[in-house]
Amino acid sequence: MSDNLQHLVDLLPQLGEGILVTLGLTLGGAVLALLVAFTLGFGSRAHTKWARVPSRVVVEFFRGTSLVVQIFWLYYVLPLPPFYVELDPLACGIIALGLNYGAYAAEVVRGSINSVAKGQWEAAIALDLGPVHRMRRVILPQAWPLMIPMFTNLLIQLVKGSALAAYISLHDLNFFTNELRDRTSDTIFSYTVGLLCYFVFAYLLTLVMNALEVRAKSRLGVGPSLREVLRLAPVQTKADVGAAAPASAETKGGDRA
Amino acid sequence: MPENDTTPAIQFQGVGKRFGDNVVLDGLDFSVAKGDRVTLIGPSGSGKTTILRLLMTLEEANDGLIYVDGDPYTHEMRGDKRVAIPEKRRSLVRRRVGMVFQQFNLFPNMTVLENIIEAPIHVLGKPKAEAIASAEALLDKVGLADKRDARTTQLSGGQQQRVAIARSLAMEPEILLLDEVTSSLDPELVADVLGVLRNIAETTDITMLIVTHEMQFAREVSNRVLMFDGGKIIEEAAPDTIFTSPTHERTKEFLRAIL
Repeated sequence: MSDNLQHLVDLLPQLGEGILVTLGLTLGGAVLALLVAFTLGFGSRAHTKWARVPSRVVVEFFRGTSLVVQIFWLYYVLPLPPFYVELDPLACGIIALGLNYGAYAAEVVRGSINSVAKGQWEAAIALDLGPVHRMRRVILPQAWPLMIPMFTNLLIQLVKGSALAAYISLHDLNFFTNELRDRTSDTIFSYTVGLLCYFVFAYLLTLVMNALEVRAKSRLGVGPSLREVLRLAPVQTKADVGAAAPASAETKGGDRA
Repeated sequence: MPENDTTPAIQFQGVGKRFGDNVVLDGLDFSVAKGDRVTLIGPSGSGKTTILRLLMTLEEANDGLIYVDGDPYTHEMRGDKRVAIPEKRRSLVRRRVGMVFQQFNLFPNMTVLENIIEAPIHVLGKPKAEAIASAEALLDKVGLADKRDARTTQLSGGQQQRVAIARSLAMEPEILLLDEVTSSLDPELVADVLGVLRNIAETTDITMLIVTHEMQFAREVSNRVLMFDGGKIIEEAAPDTIFTSPTHERTKEFLRAIL
């Protein structure tokens, strides 16, 4: 076991690289997915079929095809004739993750916007707020808190999906796990370390997303502000963030004291 | 505006509205003079609320024309063809019409003040300081000056509805549509809201179109009552007349049922 730990310490630089690559894939993929989600989500709600039909087709296509095949397609097929497009492996990973999870997230955007109460749309029309203004100032601020928990799920899936990048020569966390196994010849140890790495990674992202959710809800006048939540304890756990909403009255009382 | 302006504030010409096979309004003609306070009564499904929603462009008429202060609103005749008016022109008419809803529909992502100044600043292009000043005056008028910075979710239903009234008045509408504005309030909160509306009726010359079940309020505030049934006006009179001696059998029946 101490040999294993020694190998792990020796491989720390590789672990660092793996974390960076996985982080790059995750953040790059998530930003692209967010852009794709809003573009296709709004597109699917458009009045003209020229925006709606292509949006639906793209969403259904990327939801309905395998992420592995998409990554391999970008990496192995695009450089071939007639395309001759050779992409950096990191770019392949980011594009595949962004399109795939963006297609799922487009449904989240569309559904959340549609679930803002009809009366809110009508009140905005009655005040003669134009369509863009209506969306930006009235509908989206209310749809956003509905989107975040679903985005969190997709983000965690995206982190795990990013492990596929090891198969197109990227040195991510998954690649590091295999490297560790080669070095230690201890399969149980290596893959357990791999599991833990992904778990910690996903968990940290969950905490960030939970903070975003608290903030978005507090802006709607539901639940405490992020500052109030963080003031409860310097170190936050997921349970604290979750439990903070019902405890809002106490939090406010504490503030005044 | 010229003196002795007799152009009606609202005019419906042969307006028809259908939802699928259900005919809600059928060739409806009526007009409302400037400064009139008209209450629409009638059984549910008789088309009263639809009239307000047509005037707010929340629904679109299938036939006929609607004029606001003489201006065609959603459709106009070009030759003998009825054509839709583009959104830009509709918008100019729409901002002269305000509406207060049964469910208040305040924006929960904004404070009370922000709810009121949003449209005056961004739609009418008022300077922010001016919009805030008139919002504060309106909040004072509806008795909620101290709630200026409150979140709408912290207010009672009656307070929310008074903010909603202030919000629609901030657009300085020529016409105010009131759609069952007390129907979702607890009984003890109704009086405050009605008091505010009574005050507005007394102190402004805004044309009001009111759908309500508060017959006492209708009697005090309105100068004309229209009784609807099956998408048509079946009786029309001053409130004192219609409430004490209705002539139409359906009106008698309806008033007996709700009074």
